[in-house]
Amino acid sequence: MAQPLNYLKESASQTAGPYVHIGLAPGAAGFDIYRQELGQVIAGPETPGERIRVEGMVLDGTGAPVKDVLLEVWQADAAGIYPHSEDPRAAEVAPGFRGWGRVITDFDTGLWGFDTIKPGVVMGRNGRPMAPHVTLWIVARGINIGLNTRMYFEDEDNSADPVLNLVEQAPRRDTLLARRVKPGLYRFDIRLQGDGETVFMDI
Amino acid sequence: MKPAEFYQRDRLWQPPALTPDYKTSVARSPRLAMLSLQGSLSDITGPTFGHSDIDPIDNDLIKNYAKTGDPVGERIIVHGRVLDENGRGVPNTLVEIWQANAGGRYRHKKDSYLAPVDPNFGGCGRTLTDDQGYYFFRTIKPGAYPWRNWVNNWRPAHIHVSVFGTAFAQRLITQMYFEGDPLIAKCPIVATIPDPRAIDQLIAPLDMNAAIPLDCLAYKFDIVLRGRRSTLFENRLEGN
Repeated sequence: MAQPLNYLKESASQTAGPYVHIGLAPGAAGFDIYRQELGQVIAGPETPGERIRVEGMVLDGTGAPVKDVLLEVWQADAAGIYPHSEDPRAAEVAPGFRGWGRVITDFDTGLWGFDTIKPGVVMGRNGRPMAPHVTLWIVARGINIGLNTRMYFEDEDNSADPVLNLVEQAPRRDTLLARRVKPGLYRFDIRLQGDGETVFMDI
Repeated sequence: MKPAEFYQRDRLWQPPALTPDYKTSVARSPRLAMLSLQGSLSDITGPTFGHSDIDPIDNDLIKNYAKTGDPVGERIIVHGRVLDENGRGVPNTLVEIWQANAGGRYRHKKDSYLAPVDPNFGGCGRTLTDDQGYYFFRTIKPGAYPWRNWVNNWRPAHIHVSVFGTAFAQRLITQMYFEGDPLIAKCPIVATIPDPRAIDQLIAPLDMNAAIPLDCLAYKFDIVLRGRRSTLFENRLEGN
């Protein structure tokens, strides 16, 4: 016998279920309760940067849109700075920039979208810069533990990104690229399972 | 010592994606392996919240949607601490909850269960932990409700809980169950968790010491988020 290791264990995740909106987006559930719902503005009107909109759907293993999904978005500002104390440049983060958003899908179509600014390059591990990206966290009925992924931009130079280059099968890297539909509008579909399955990450 | 990576999530402790007895997981679970990343700045940062984001009444579900009086049901306090795996309180972090009413009915346009909505109960609350990681809510105990999985499946009484922690890598949604509920052992969603000790950790004990005599009972629910290493050696997270 050895001495006990007295670490606690992380609480186990459970699905957010079909009524996640009640807690995290009550307006969508059908009632008005809070003075303000959180996560609706990622970058305020005064935040500098290229204004973009991102739209997409989450598709299940049969190809059907998942209509009760909730996504959270986390990203850096146009200079690649996170509004968080761990970022060494946090004091210089852009005014009005929150970096975090909460998005739900339309109950009829499954389409979601968010307005933000294009993030800048963020320094990765060992001094290797990461291409502009948005971190996403996806929960829904049937998803037992939130799925993490990243969205990159097809019109940026992603060739040296240290995370994309960890994806062993090169064609799978494309599942992380948002398509430029027209100036200021990107399309990013997430496939949970099957053909074109999105790369998910254990972060 | 400087903080470094978060402890890796224990995927043998957490529920896997594919758990066929919970039917919806079959078509909504990835078939390919996850890409394991060492934490970078994108993962060890996350959103922060302050008291300007919420109102003091937001943690009182007995009052925050009261229209003509208090909601019907068993009055309870739910309280506890948000801790990391090192046992340290996580201060100033956002905790959000949602639940059905005493009859098991959700205030949601997609819930069509025949039990009625309570005109004085919304079913959601939120609060920030204090500087020790402590939080509390006041609410009514939710009822069990049926759901379309097997023909006769009923969810145990539960409260959904969402916690942020200090980093996006700690983001967690879970469910709190109530001590002694015989439906816990019969629930395919509970059973997505492979380790019975991890299930026990989601069951809140009755806490008579926190009950208010002649007013309400109490349940204690501690939430544990991923812990973080303190590096004894050079911190290479950013390579500088």
